[in-house]
Amino acid sequence: MDGIKDKVAIVGMGCTKFGELWNKGVEDLIVEAAFEAFEDANIESKDIQAAWIGTVFSGLSAITLAPLGLQYIPMTRVENMCATGSEALRAASYAVAAGACDIALALGVEKLKDAGVTGLKGPSVVGDNSESISGISPGYSAPAAFAYLGTRYFHDHNIAFDEGKKLLAEIAVKNHYNGSLNPRAHFNNRVTLEQVVNAPIVAWPLGLYDCCGVSDGAAAAVIMRSDMAKGFRADPIYIKSLSICVGARQGAMRQDYDFVHIEENVRAAQMAYDDAGVKNPREEISVAEIHDCFTVHEMIVYEDLQFCNRGMASEEIKAGTFKLKGELPVNTDGGLKCFGHPIGASGLRMMYEVYKQLQEKAGPRQVMNPRLGLTHNLGGSAGTGIASCFVVGNERG
Amino acid sequence: MVGITSLGAYIPIYRLNRDEIAKIWGTKSLGGEKAVAGYDEDSLTMAVAAANNSMKREMAEIDGLFFATTTAPYKEKQSAAVIASAINLNRRCYTSDLCNSLRTGTLAIRSAIDTVNSGSAKNILVIASDCRIGAAQGKFEQILGDGAAALIIGSKDPIAIIEGMHSVFSTFTDTWRSQLDSFIRFAENRYANDVGYKPIMQDVISDIMKKYKLTPKDFSKIVFDGVAIKEHHRIAKKLGFEESQIIKPLSRDVGHTGAASSILMLIRCLEEASPGDRVLFASYGDGSDAFIFRITDQIKKIKKRTFRESLSKKIPIDYGKYLRWRNLVTEEMSTLPERPALSLPRRWRERRSILALYGYKCKQCGTPQLSPVGQTLRVCAVCQARDNFEEYKFSDKKGTIFTYSIDSLQATRNPPGLNGIVDFDGGGRLICEVTDCEPDRIHVGMPVEMTFRMMFQSNGINNYFWKAKPIRKDL
Repeated sequence: MDGIKDKVAIVGMGCTKFGELWNKGVEDLIVEAAFEAFEDANIESKDIQAAWIGTVFSGLSAITLAPLGLQYIPMTRVENMCATGSEALRAASYAVAAGACDIALALGVEKLKDAGVTGLKGPSVVGDNSESISGISPGYSAPAAFAYLGTRYFHDHNIAFDEGKKLLAEIAVKNHYNGSLNPRAHFNNRVTLEQVVNAPIVAWPLGLYDCCGVSDGAAAAVIMRSDMAKGFRADPIYIKSLSICVGARQGAMRQDYDFVHIEENVRAAQMAYDDAGVKNPREEISVAEIHDCFTVHEMIVYEDLQFCNRGMASEEIKAGTFKLKGELPVNTDGGLKCFGHPIGASGLRMMYEVYKQLQEKAGPRQVMNPRLGLTHNLGGSAGTGIASCFVVGNERG
Repeated sequence: MVGITSLGAYIPIYRLNRDEIAKIWGTKSLGGEKAVAGYDEDSLTMAVAAANNSMKREMAEIDGLFFATTTAPYKEKQSAAVIASAINLNRRCYTSDLCNSLRTGTLAIRSAIDTVNSGSAKNILVIASDCRIGAAQGKFEQILGDGAAALIIGSKDPIAIIEGMHSVFSTFTDTWRSQLDSFIRFAENRYANDVGYKPIMQDVISDIMKKYKLTPKDFSKIVFDGVAIKEHHRIAKKLGFEESQIIKPLSRDVGHTGAASSILMLIRCLEEASPGDRVLFASYGDGSDAFIFRITDQIKKIKKRTFRESLSKKIPIDYGKYLRWRNLVTEEMSTLPERPALSLPRRWRERRSILALYGYKCKQCGTPQLSPVGQTLRVCAVCQARDNFEEYKFSDKKGTIFTYSIDSLQATRNPPGLNGIVDFDGGGRLICEVTDCEPDRIHVGMPVEMTFRMMFQSNGINNYFWKAKPIRKDL
């Protein structure tokens, strides 16, 4: 097996502002994200030879891309729950690597607020279609699905409720601080530890600020063969690995799934590190965008992705390891916490930040000497997930 | 000899103090408390609970199920079939709903006795269950309670044999509901008691004694339906029974439970009875069915006191919860998304796992497992062996809460939503709702058992499934 490392590069990216975009339809977000990416890549829309659109609720089939006016090219809609945007990037990258096309577009978009409901609509990301149609699923919310992790993590690590709330709150405070430096984020407000700890409980132990919001947004990437990339820009970002790992409801059926780590995260990350040749993620990853749908999940991801040792997340949080100025900055753009989670877009929005960071264009959020970046998503329901872990770098080789 | 071979009472855990009701309306409290079926219970789910409370080993031999109620969930669709599925009876079982009269419970007993005597079936599970509602502010709102009572009628080692039966019908109209009524309508109280209840009960009880040449002295206990305890007493005394023989109506601690009422009193009586006791038992409603039972030695094998256990477990609720759970108040619309419609073919295909909570045990690695989404398991979750399973019953397994979440966003009529990941003793895991549990009781390691409840209604169909409830120590 050859692997994807250094075969393809991202030469352009776009990202809309995220938020409750009442005045924008899916067509507006698609066009804005795509055209920013085309300009950034120094191409025109007619140069795109194939396109992948990732969306969970905002369009069935690739006809969703019709507003872009791409003329009679191969286009496909992909969906993989919260890893949908990443999946679009992955599909486009493998197509280019396989020689099916030279220049491809990956776009993720979601207009969650068009559903007109509170929270996520329909069967929701908490379960696939089948759960609701059989009617036996308890119908708990997405926060509740992740609260299972919080309850068990506190229990296993003997963390008292107050102490645990503070740990999780540090993550929310960090991400809001980062988001305050990012005009594209939905939320630009900073929050204090007290505000977060005292916020109303949504799903015990998670409070209002432990949960990301529901919002609209889009992001796009132009991918081409690595050997062509420098003809379009001086600083292409090379893809080192594109790993996903999907569970089979093990956590919902087997007693050995412990709910203090997520196996899908662990394996996706290890595969990504292996493909990218990363031996020590803590030292080698310069910046990471990980799936902070809920603060408790970010905490567990630190351990799952080997950013710290198992059981040590609380120590690292207290030490500020993952803050903007810390050893391994995580969610430098504000994360899902400040962008919300327009599901199809999030994976690509994460890549947008990593892309800009590696090109040293992140302004007040810039990390020092970036070399390798990582994006991570996790979708699913309690006990079963779709994890994606991608590693990219600003050097070839 | 045909008789009662098993029994099981079920009283829902929730209690509404009558003083609360009286305070809201500025009326007089009848005192005591009424049992209120939970938001996820109805006459059908209570019947399953009562059936599961009766001795379990009898289940395999049941070939008939009679469900008696005046509050059936459907006007057209048999509840007995659903109950039979939930307790995993063979589909060749003879199922029947008996409705529309407060006497249906005892009519079902009588039919069961006749059926077994005729040889048409061997063991019939009779379950009476009711969830009647009195209109707001009125006396029936206080009087009524919810509950279910199960008896098995058969001829193998009965704990009580039938020595006699006697029935009378009557068109006397004291309480009624038309097809369209939600609430009890009723005649004036003294008329109802003096012209209907008292004479009918006096007649049927003295008639059955005459028929079998017995007098009050020949009985250890008399059990007959009633509401007002004083009236009930007077009738018994007038017939010649002593204080110590009279089993009181459950008005004070439970309320009047409709078709289940007299049978719950009977179960209370039988669970404290001794071999050789003779019991006179009668219902009331559109006439009466009376029976004479004689307790046998087999009564000693009854270890569980299902009536007492049910009665002793309580969670107090307030009037608001009661209004909400019985759908008596129009609530503001929610902006939470609606649940999609159920797939009938899917629910039919998966009826075994959905209604009876049957899963699979892998024959290769021995792991019990259950699909969390209602799908047939083809590949083992542990060893990936394909199509190598045997059936595995989860409904009677105990478990513990591995982790849980308390969800304030969940659509539930008893917020906050409680959900648990249940690890079953012997293997297997299920993510499900937790019910009959106060939010500050749930904890990692909490022991639970499974209970049959209603999830939600969709297109007029009740979506039943199983939830976990805490195992409470018997007092």
